[in-house]
Amino acid sequence: MSEETKKIKLKVYRTNYKKEEPPHYDEFDVSVKRWTTVLDALLDAKSYSDSSLGIRYSCRMASCGSCGMKINGKPRLACYTKISELNDQTIVCDPLPSFPRIRDLVTDFTEFFAHHKKIEPYIHNDKVPIEVVNKDDLVEFKQTPEDVDKYLQFSYCIKCGLCYSACPTVATDTKFPGPQALSQTYRYMADTRDSGESTRLDIIDDRHGVWRCHFAGSCSNVCPKGVDPALGIQLLKGHLIGITKNDKKIATLRSKEE
Amino acid sequence: MGIKPNNENNSSTDGDIKLKSGREGLMGWLNPTRYGWERVSYWLQRLTGVGLLIYFIGHIYETSSLVNGINAWNSMLELTQTPGGHIFLLLVIGASTFHTVNGLRLIFTESGIGLGRPGRPDYPYDATSLNYKQKSGIWVAMLLAAIAMLYGGMVMFGDVN
Ligand code: HEM
Ligand code: SF4
Ligand code: FES
Repeated sequence: MSEETKKIKLKVYRTNYKKEEPPHYDEFDVSVKRWTTVLDALLDAKSYSDSSLGIRYSCRMASCGSCGMKINGKPRLACYTKISELNDQTIVCDPLPSFPRIRDLVTDFTEFFAHHKKIEPYIHNDKVPIEVVNKDDLVEFKQTPEDVDKYLQFSYCIKCGLCYSACPTVATDTKFPGPQALSQTYRYMADTRDSGESTRLDIIDDRHGVWRCHFAGSCSNVCPKGVDPALGIQLLKGHLIGITKNDKKIATLRSKEE
Repeated sequence: MGIKPNNENNSSTDGDIKLKSGREGLMGWLNPTRYGWERVSYWLQRLTGVGLLIYFIGHIYETSSLVNGINAWNSMLELTQTPGGHIFLLLVIGASTFHTVNGLRLIFTESGIGLGRPGRPDYPYDATSLNYKQKSGIWVAMLLAAIAMLYGGMVMFGDVN
């Protein structure tokens, strides 16, 4: 029990638009240890100082994508950010930039999810019905580990919105799909099971689409899962202007006998 | 700033959430220091690009004064022979050098060249696209801009003529 305890100041953005409460910061003194995360500290404040503090979280292990917020000036996951790594006596928590604010640190993801939904983020394949009525219709695609490597990192996205929040284009353009949706477009393009390339490219090759990306790299700078959305988007652009070929072969189906 | 609550997603319990758009807008653009060198590159490329465009328009205006005779042209030239004019031209030299060199880097990176390949992410999940190979292009552009400005400064402020 010799673990060192330290006091830090937690500054939290507070507001309640419903009650016309003007935005302000509340300060909490919290004791932290080496492994205390920002989410731990916020929950400490919520438990022992002010139970009205509005935060959203679920998994506490960087898997659900609920706890994104601006911590000391950058979008981060509260559960994945240790106080000790921030090297600061004062930790400032703000709601995620570019997301509409509901209350305190809680933001509205409706528009973000709508952008994701718009690129039809599920396997399109003419040979396979989207809805399985008959159990015998269930099929399996043949895919090698090398095929999987081409899209795996993009499929690790937890829809936390940090990339969307860091993007300078999103900051000024509501119609821009943002790094999350665009990198998911690449994810399906690289997947050998999917044949919906032209449908999706039509959606993003638009005046407010993929070309509004200028490789500021901020999305990849903040992504907590190694998705590297900027990579997916630049590869997408390279493909659209014909620099990189997508010579993927659509995966075949494994028959029941195989 | 009315986004309608979407009841399909049960994001609302009483149907009347009040929201405020949290967009940073231009204020977010003004600070390029938070997200690494690529954000600095993005910021400078736009700043120098727009700067060069303004200079280009001014430059057409300046050179077109020649149609009004040699005296009009000479009085235009005198504007650039002041210390203020020298400093302005230095900025143009720096901006055009940075914009050209970094622009070449962007032509490659934005076509997906030099950014590495997708693979299996591993802790600490560093992004392959933010590698030093392409990042060094930004530093080279800044260095060459500094050298060009230094040389230009020596020519303009030194007693060469
Ligand atoms: C050979 C020289 C040049 C090269 C290689 C070059 C390259 C580029 C590239 C690649 C971009 C796109 C960057 C991005 O996607 O964000 C760009 C943007 C731009 N360039 Fe150039 N450029 C050159 C000369 C010029 C000149 C002479 C002007 C002005 C007359 C200019 C004005 C602009 C402007 C206004 C932008 C838009 C900036 C933005 O939207 O961020 N460029 N340049
Ligand atoms: S790409 Fe990364 S930062 Fe963006 S939503 Fe997915 S996990 Fe979050
Ligand atoms: S609580 Fe699930 S990602 Fe942080």
